[in-house]
Amino acid sequence: MFVLVVGGGKVGYYLAKELIDSGHEVALMEKDEARARQIADEIGSIVIPHDGCEGKYLGEAGCNRADVVAAVTGDDEDNLVICQMAKHHFDVPRTIARVNNPKNEALFRHLGVDELISPTRMILGSIEQDIPVHELLHLGALGEGELELIEARLQAGSPAIGRAPGDIDMPDGCSLFALIRGGIATPLRPDTVLQEGDKVIAIGKPECESFLHGQLIGDPQATATGG
Amino acid sequence: MKIVIVGCGRVGASAAETWDRAGHEVVVLDLSSAAFDRLPGSFKGSAIRGDGTDEDVLRRAGAEGADVFLALTEGDNRNVMSAQLAAEALKIGAVIAKINDPLRAKAYAELGIATLSRTGLMLDAVNGYLGLPVSGLATMQAPTGIHPGDHHLAESPAPAGSDPMAAPRAAGAPMEA
Repeated sequence: MFVLVVGGGKVGYYLAKELIDSGHEVALMEKDEARARQIADEIGSIVIPHDGCEGKYLGEAGCNRADVVAAVTGDDEDNLVICQMAKHHFDVPRTIARVNNPKNEALFRHLGVDELISPTRMILGSIEQDIPVHELLHLGALGEGELELIEARLQAGSPAIGRAPGDIDMPDGCSLFALIRGGIATPLRPDTVLQEGDKVIAIGKPECESFLHGQLIGDPQATATGG
Repeated sequence: MKIVIVGCGRVGASAAETWDRAGHEVVVLDLSSAAFDRLPGSFKGSAIRGDGTDEDVLRRAGAEGADVFLALTEGDNRNVMSAQLAAEALKIGAVIAKINDPLRAKAYAELGIATLSRTGLMLDAVNGYLGLPVSGLATMQAPTGIHPGDHHLAESPAPAGSDPMAAPRAAGAPMEA
């Protein structure tokens, strides 16, 4: 396969290197002459020391016979233009763009880039996995801290989904009393069937919290300790 | 007309000044607030510091609902991206991007953006002055095609009043790839 890599930063450099090692034909475009020379010294004469955004140089690099063009510069607008030129002017079957601003993903996809790689989103996703998002929210304390007002947001996997409030076991001194659905608050009636995305407001003693967690959020550990 | 101009360089500032004086509603954006020094004191439009390739910035600047959008920064690609955001995300009817690389200018005209290319414009101005034949490079090109996935572009009505899409192109300029 012939892969044209545009952008000789760290990503482009290691990408080209790996592709060569797996036996592919590779050309790498890097507009900074010093950087281009440095890469050429290390991995051989596959480097075109020109701007890959410029149509003329894309053509000279053999873009019209490339199977894949990977635009991995640090600038989203450059990566977009490289992929669009490759796709629409040189008929490259597969274009891949690195996208830094996650907000640009939809636009790039809409404009015909075949594949998007967003380091920002990947790292963000990885961080969010470590943050407990399925948490109870403390809205306030009532009395002299004897009672807590708690909001639980029902997400996929919650054992409360599809059940009525009456079917959910509650310890003494703890009750579910209100529902917020689609931004509208209503009292929780016995015949209400809970849905994903509902916010349930509960009131109870602080020690009820782990039990509430087990019933409304569904964390197995909380269920074990609470029930 | 409401006109949004990204890039307050010599051309951007002159355009902003001219159209503001003619009574149009002008919004001009630039990354550097020093660029706005080019605007006259009498300028009544808005000058907003911000990145014209950022959709949020464009929306905050009030670009939505504009009649005309011009991307005139020094970077061809920034202009291309900014113009495509204006056309696709903000649904602005008349979008013009300055693209100095003649090949890219032609390619984007084929993708539905009116393009303005200094390279061809200057060369052909000189050719005209010297009585030589036109270069055949892209100068000002109306969009010659519609992006394959963008049917809404075909459905959107042409902007009322003056039609910048209908700008004349240099005679003999090749329009096909």
